Amino acid sequence: MAQSNNSIKKILTVAFALCIVCSIIVSTAAVALRSKQQLNQELDRKSNILAVADLYEPGMDIEEAYSEQITPRVVDLNSGEYSDEYDPQSYDSFQAAKDPAQSRTLSGEKDIAGLSRLENQSTVYLVGDPDDPQQLILPIRGQGLWGLMRGYLSVQGDGNTINGITYYSHSETPGLGGEVDNPRWKAQWEGKEIFAEDDSVQPDILLVKGNASGETEVDALSGATLTSKGVTNMLHFWLSPQGFGEYLAKFRKDISPSEVQGMATASDDTEGA
Amino acid sequence: MSAPTPKGVLTTPIFKNNPIALQILGICSALAVTSSMSVSLVMAMAVIFVTALSNLFVSLLRHQIPSAIRIIVQMTIIASLVIVVDQILKAYAYEMSKQLSVFVGLIITNCIVMGRAEGFAMQNPPMLSFLDGIGNGLGYGFILMVVSFFRELLGSGSVFGFTVLQPVQDGGWYVPNGLLLLPPSAFFIIGLIIWVLRALNPEQVEENEFTMKANTQPKEAV
Repeated sequence: MAQSNNSIKKILTVAFALCIVCSIIVSTAAVALRSKQQLNQELDRKSNILAVADLYEPGMDIEEAYSEQITPRVVDLNSGEYSDEYDPQSYDSFQAAKDPAQSRTLSGEKDIAGLSRLENQSTVYLVGDPDDPQQLILPIRGQGLWGLMRGYLSVQGDGNTINGITYYSHSETPGLGGEVDNPRWKAQWEGKEIFAEDDSVQPDILLVKGNASGETEVDALSGATLTSKGVTNMLHFWLSPQGFGEYLAKFRKDISPSEVQGMATASDDTEGA
Repeated sequence: MSAPTPKGVLTTPIFKNNPIALQILGICSALAVTSSMSVSLVMAMAVIFVTALSNLFVSLLRHQIPSAIRIIVQMTIIASLVIVVDQILKAYAYEMSKQLSVFVGLIITNCIVMGRAEGFAMQNPPMLSFLDGIGNGLGYGFILMVVSFFRELLGSGSVFGFTVLQPVQDGGWYVPNGLLLLPPSAFFIIGLIIWVLRALNPEQVEENEFTMKANTQPKEAV
C-alpha cells in the first residue's frame, strides 16, 4: 500500500467520503422500506388479534376481516369506562406507559407482572357489535423468564369466560417456555373461567402443575416454571382491579365496576405478591 | 500458498478450509440461530450476501483505504450492508426477521465477514474477493444447515417445519430431546462435524503443541 494513503488529508477524505456514502445507502434503505415495514407490523398485530378471537384462517384478507369484525376502544383502567380522549386507531398504550402524564408507577408489591409503569388508559378490541360484544380482547404483558412477554387475552361477552390467549412477542426458551406458542397448550384455555365466584374481584385463574382440573385451572408449561409463573402473574395483574377488573365488571352480572373499585381499595393491604 | 483461482476460492471454504470447522470462526451465531432449519437458511443467505458484498467493496477500495483506519473502514462497510439486510428482511420476510431478532444485526460481529475482508479482500482483485465471500458464506451456511438439521429433527421432530417424527405432545411417539433446542447442543454437533471433516482430511489436524513424556516408571521413581 502506498505511503501517501496514510497522510492525514487522505485519511480524513476517505473516512468522510465513506461515511457519506454509507449513510446515504442505509438511510435510503430505511426510508424506502419503512412504509412496508409498518404495514407488516400492523398486519402482524391484527392477525394476532384475529387469531386470539379464533377468527383467523391462513390466507385470509386480514385487513378486511379486521375492519369488519373488530372495533378498538380506549378504556380508562381506573374507572373501567370507555374514554374518548384518544383515537383508538392511533392510540399507543406502550407509548403512553412511558409518558409520566399518561401513566403511573407501580410500587414493588403491586407490580406482580414486573411492568414498573402502567398506562392510565389502554386499548381493548371488541368482536362483533361494540355495544354488546361477543368477545373482549385485552392486551396483556408481563415478565416471563427472559423478558417481557406481550400478548392478547380474549374473554367472552360475559366478562368471565376465557376464549383464548396468544403471545405475539416473547423471548422464552424454545421448546420449554416458548411452548406458550404451542396450539395444543393454547387450546386448553378455551372455556376456562377467570373468577371462581360470581362476585369475586381478584382473578382466580391459575397455571398448575400436573392435573389442571378446575374451571379456573390451566396446565402449566412443563419444564418452564418461571414462564408459567409469569403467565399467571400477568393475568392476575391485568384482570385485577389494577388492570381491566373494573372494565370486565361492566359485563359481569353479579358485580358492578364501583363494587370492584371499593373492594380493591379494601383488599389492597392484604394483597400478597 | 499458490495464487487463488476463482473456482478454488469458491469451493475450498466449504469442506477443505471451512470457516467454522477449521478456522473456528463465527461460532456464536451458529449456536444461536440453528434451532430451526428455515431460520438457519435465511441467516446463511444473509451472511453470504454480506460477506460477498463487503469483500467486493473492500477489494474495490483496497488501494484507497489508508492502512491506519482500514479496520474501521471495513467495519463501516459491513455494518451498512447488515443494516440494509435487516431492513429488507423486516420489509419482505417479517416473520423470519422476528425469529432472527438480534442475530441479523450481530452479523456485523461475525468474525468470518471481518476476517475475509481483512485477510483476503485487502490483497485480491474485486471479482476474486466477491467469489471468496460467497465461498466462505457457503461454508458457513453448510455447517449451519447440518447443525440445524440435527437440532430441528431431534429437538422438535421436524425438518423445515414439516413434522417427520411425531412428538409425544402432539400425540405421537417421539420424545423430543430438549437439550438440542438449547444453544449449547450446537457445540456438540459442530464438534462432531469437525471430527468427521478431520478424519476425512487428516491434513487439517493440527500438530501437537507439545508431546507428553512417557510416564515415569515406578522403579525409577523409587
